Parts: sequence; structure tokens; C-alpha cells
Amino acid sequence: MSSHEFSANRRLVLKGIGVAALVGFGVIPLDVPQALAAANDKYPEEAFKQKTEADAIKALYGKTPETSDKVKMDAPEIAENGAVVPIAATTTLADVTSITFLVSENPVVLVASYKIPAGTVPSVANRIKMAKTSNVIVVVEAGGKLYSATKEVKVTVGGCGG
Amino acid sequence: MASSIRVRATSNGDTTEVQALIQHPMDSGFVKDAKGEIIPPHFIQQLTFEYDGKPVFLADWGGGVSKDPYVKFSFKGGKKGDDLKVSWSDNKGATDSTTAKIQ
Repeated sequence: MSSHEFSANRRLVLKGIGVAALVGFGVIPLDVPQALAAANDKYPEEAFKQKTEADAIKALYGKTPETSDKVKMDAPEIAENGAVVPIAATTTLADVTSITFLVSENPVVLVASYKIPAGTVPSVANRIKMAKTSNVIVVVEAGGKLYSATKEVKVTVGGCGG
Repeated sequence: MASSIRVRATSNGDTTEVQALIQHPMDSGFVKDAKGEIIPPHFIQQLTFEYDGKPVFLADWGGGVSKDPYVKFSFKGGKKGDDLKVSWSDNKGATDSTTAKIQ
């Protein structure tokens, strides 16, 4: 299982480099689905290609977060099934505009990013995949600044089958 | 046809709590099938909840969200009997939407 996973990852990384090079030359036309244009909310394609949390956060927000104890994450210590890991985040910070979930050891570190319009409670619960034991990072954008919380979740069976 | 979206929205008079469960494979593109061939990426990229013509919650998802994704959030306002519109679009251009009554 794990050797398969490795070769798949390597091939995808190589492919990713090729794609990145092409995009650099402006060869690939971006294929944006119709629904996105209607929502006036562009899908952050680039951020979902990044391999490190720092790059993904930068691609998404253009800034770096500071650690804050006002960002609370509810995640299991040990996840028996990496394909379905329940993670929730909430914050006492004011003027929250978005909440983002990242997993450092996943092939694509950015998992989900939620926009929180005014009037929506800054609290989200979802279920994510984890390839292996990893840090899970929650980034909260509040008042134009970024705050984060990190927690390690141990995975006994990886989410590669999910 | 049955919708891929199951949503429950409950108002307590002050805030509305929303839980949604969507049927979708959420293939990341990193997994191989039994024959050792990579299952191509197929996942929901955007999910929107609208109340009273305005978005109350927007999700941008990658392939790292679990199969048959679940999400829960709350927003201030929302009256019993009002409509909440939910819609998604995936990386292959498929879309689905449904409208739920707030309970």
C-alpha cells in the first residue's frame, strides 16, 4: 500500500511541476465552471496546488498567521480512520471573515476554506481526510489579520483509501 | 431524482443551525483502484448556502474533504418556514442544488 502511495505521489509531484511550468508561460487556459462566476467568488485554484502550509496560506491570503489561543480546534488525539477525521473550529475573535483547514502531511495541504459573511457564527465542523499522522492547522481571518491554531492528530490507518 | 444534498436547518428563534450531508465520491486524485490505476480527481470545489438572497456560508473544498462530505455551521437570523438554498459545483463542472425549509 505505502509503496504504491509513494510512487503515485512522486508521479503527481512531477506532473505538478510540469503543469506549474506551463501555467508560468500562460499556456493553459483556466477552466472556471459557470457556477463560480455566478457566485462572484473565485475558487482558489493556486492555493489548492501548494505542497506546504506556508505556501498554501500565502496563496490564499497573501500573509502569514500568528498563533492565537482564541482559535479553538476540536480534533481527535488519535484518528482510527484517516479517511474520515471530524474536525471543528471556533473562535472568540471578532469580525471573522474566513476559516481555513490545512493538513501539513497531505499531498495537497489545503483541505477546506470557508467564507464567513457578517452574521454567520465563526464556528465550522467538517470531516477531512488525512494521509498519515500530521499537524492540522486552522487559520482564522479576523479584522484583516490571520490567526492560527495547530494540533497533531495521530492516524492509525491512512486516508489514502478514502 | 433524489437530490445529492441532505440539509437540516433548525432555528432557535435567534440563530439557525445548519447541517448538510452531500453524496459525492470526493476522489482526491491520489488514490489507486484495485487494478492499480489512479482514480482521477472528482471532488466538490464550491458549496454555497443562501438565505434571503444572500450567501450565509461559502465553502472552497479540495480533494482532502472526506467522501460524502458533512458540514455544520450557524448563522444569526433565519425564520421557521423560510427557505435556505444550498448548491455545489465540482471539478468536472457538475452541479446540484436544493432548497430546504428552516425548521
